[in-house]
Amino acid sequence: MQGFGVAILTQVIWAQLLLLGWARASELTFELPDNAKQCFYEDIIVGTKCTLEFQVVTGGHYDVDCRLDDPDGNVLYKEMKKQYDSFTFTASKNGSYKFCFSNEFSTFTHKTVYFDFQVGEDPPLFPNENRVSALTQMESACVSIHEALKSVIDYQTRFRLREAQGRSRAEDLNTRVAFWSIGEAIILLVVSIGQVVLLRSFFSDKKTTTTRVGS
Amino acid sequence: MVALKMQLLLTFPLLTVMCSLCSALYFHIGETEKKCFIEEIPDETMVIGNYRTQLYDKQREEYLPATPGLGMFVEVKDPDDKVILSRQYGSEGRFTFTSHTPGEHQICLHSNSSKFALFAGGMLRVHLDIQVGEHATDYAEIAAKDKLTELQLRVRQLIEQVEQIQKEQNYQRYREERFRQTSESTNQRVLWWSIIQTLILVAIGFWQMRHLKSFFEAKKLV
Repeated sequence: MQGFGVAILTQVIWAQLLLLGWARASELTFELPDNAKQCFYEDIIVGTKCTLEFQVVTGGHYDVDCRLDDPDGNVLYKEMKKQYDSFTFTASKNGSYKFCFSNEFSTFTHKTVYFDFQVGEDPPLFPNENRVSALTQMESACVSIHEALKSVIDYQTRFRLREAQGRSRAEDLNTRVAFWSIGEAIILLVVSIGQVVLLRSFFSDKKTTTTRVGS
Repeated sequence: MVALKMQLLLTFPLLTVMCSLCSALYFHIGETEKKCFIEEIPDETMVIGNYRTQLYDKQREEYLPATPGLGMFVEVKDPDDKVILSRQYGSEGRFTFTSHTPGEHQICLHSNSSKFALFAGGMLRVHLDIQVGEHATDYAEIAAKDKLTELQLRVRQLIEQVEQIQKEQNYQRYREERFRQTSESTNQRVLWWSIIQTLILVAIGFWQMRHLKSFFEAKKLV
């Protein structure tokens, strides 16, 4: 009986610690070279609500292939050539979930990809917080302000990424215009001088043959 | 039987408490491979990175904590490509830096392994966690240090969040100015280029005609 109680207690403690420690959000921006595939893994426990959000920041047509697999290899989400998407799912099994970004369809453009993988809820502010007790009005006001500010920060991030897209295109255009104008000036000069020289050479040969015939 | 249960009671909580990075995102990295991550941040923002490595053990066919000799080289570059952090850490490490210029910072990781046999054709598993700005502050520590009540701590968290939003908006203004400057410069270049191109064309046309005319008159063909 006592052994049974200890076993239950063990499970409860473990579950509590797991719940407290396994709520995370990882957001990373990385460069995906052409014909490359990059995979990330995360260990998730059953019943956790997770969200994967990704956006292509720079490169080509701003698209990437994304794929999310569960621990048994079943495909939970698969999209080709997507620019931005957000996918929410609840983990149905314990284990290592894998998500991959692929740029294998592109031959020479590097892509910069941003992703945000949220696992579970945010950890509470106080590690030993007793969630059963009710919050005072001030505290619940603070909580709602906190949630609103979190969504403001989220929107800011998305806006920053779109602005980075526009800015990199503008800078590309600027350098292209500079190179093109210098290149075209050189081509113009070379072609016009070449034309004159070629024309002169036609008439020079004819003159030599006429003089020889004449004498 | 009771002793076994006691063992179980002790090990499980210890395990979960010890591996603080158990739940972090992980990826595989090759022997000489360098993995870089980009963080676009405003200035005076603190960034904390935690990583943990694991090596594939062929005998036990699972990933085990890497040998102490295997370390990771962490290099952080600021938007002007200047290196602000370049250090070697052990198989488990924590690196911190604060940005002084706003923009894209690059965090690069690669292993310092020189013995190719160590990886044995496998990959190194790296658990990584990067926290930026407000997420990097440790509220438990602040509460203990300044002896804040629950409400005060919540308000402190809100203040930090709002400060981060302010910094980001400032950075946004700076970026938009750069964008506008680039567009203005492109506009100027296109304008000047079209005028100069027309002038060059007309000048070359005149020169060609004059040159050929004098050439043919010299040859007594005209």
